[in-house]
Amino acid sequence: MITFESVAVRAESTPGAPDVTILAGVDLHLVERRVAVVGANGSGKSTLARLVNGLVLPTDGRVLVDGLDTARDGAAIRRRVGFVFTDPDAQLVMPTPREDVALSLRRLTLDAAERAERVHGVLARFGLAAHAEVSVHALSGGQKQLLALAGVLATEPAILVCDEPTTLLDLRWRRVVDELLDSLDQQVVLVTHDLDAAARADRVLVVDGGRIVADGDAWGAIETYRDRMAVR
Amino acid sequence: MSRRRRSPWIGPLGLYSPGSTPLHRAPVGAKLTALALLGLAVVLVRGPVGALALLAVAAAAAAVARQPARATLTGLVPVLATAAGLAAFQWWQQGLAAAIEVSVDLLTLVVAAGVVTATTPADRMLDALERAARPLRHVGLRPESFALSVALMLRTVPALVQTAAEVRDAARARGLERNPRALLVPAAVRTVARARTTGAALAARGLGE
Repeated sequence: MITFESVAVRAESTPGAPDVTILAGVDLHLVERRVAVVGANGSGKSTLARLVNGLVLPTDGRVLVDGLDTARDGAAIRRRVGFVFTDPDAQLVMPTPREDVALSLRRLTLDAAERAERVHGVLARFGLAAHAEVSVHALSGGQKQLLALAGVLATEPAILVCDEPTTLLDLRWRRVVDELLDSLDQQVVLVTHDLDAAARADRVLVVDGGRIVADGDAWGAIETYRDRMAVR
Repeated sequence: MSRRRRSPWIGPLGLYSPGSTPLHRAPVGAKLTALALLGLAVVLVRGPVGALALLAVAAAAAAVARQPARATLTGLVPVLATAAGLAAFQWWQQGLAAAIEVSVDLLTLVVAAGVVTATTPADRMLDALERAARPLRHVGLRPESFALSVALMLRTVPALVQTAAEVRDAARARGLERNPRALLVPAAVRTVARARTTGAALAARGLGE
């Protein structure tokens, strides 16, 4: 369960200049299994996503995940909330898939043999076992994003936040990632420009100018988003 | 006619190369200890003959680890260039024997360190470093953070090579491949950006906290 209480995020744009408001007046209580966040570029939707696992902290208000405050309990929250970036190159830290998934698993108390077995299982589940020792730079964009997801899901987080995970992918890999996300048991918060993916969500938030301007079922919220985009 | 594109240069450090040689199977602690002892020998053994003997030891280790000779030599090109510059300076200052000794010592250490990283997966390296760094707890440092920092430093080498290749391609696309500013400034900016995103990625995965 994710709760935003009167959340605002402001940031300094240039030294000495007044702060820029990135998000303001956000009150949310997210319990749905699939939540999509849509909005124009620069609307604040990525900041909203990063608030959930404490990568960004609110300037005002607070964000709670299962009752834990992101400002106070960041480490505990990041054990519960997995985060997938738009660009997998930003997420993949180690040079080979096997090493990268193993790095994620270091957070868990596993001995070396258990960890190796778990890595093998995760890579097999995501269809990456044949690429375990290949340089991550040699993988396709879709394979990299699958690996990024594998690295996050290896630790079995309760909530998964994805910040435009399919934006850089071709249609085939977009479908693969979409199907994977749809199949997960976890609560998923999906920031996306893909309205087809948003339409499958239980709840859709529309962010515009740092505010939630529509919040509801997919059909109504997406219509609002289309209308707002059409008048620009 | 299109030229065959060269694969990006991969340095001698950073990439694990899977295998089942005795060096791949050897305990990480033993390999790191051997590397430290070799480093000590490089300092203590004087003269070009001793230096060449130690280089032979490092080269033998690379052969036992089945490191491909051509790729290893290609990876060593910048080190060879540095060693040549160093040798020229030492020859001028100290004579031929010192020139051979210093440049060969440098090569020995890089080849030996490359063998350790090429035969040790990152997670095993992290385990060993964490164990070795346990005493640091007494001075307030977290062994896992220390180990992660060292492993990341080693494993970032291929990523930096990739960044340099991308910057070079971007400069070439704009006809600026001979402009040092078009190469160095974006490379520096991207490297800093990569460090920041790596930090965010580690934080997002709950590592290092």
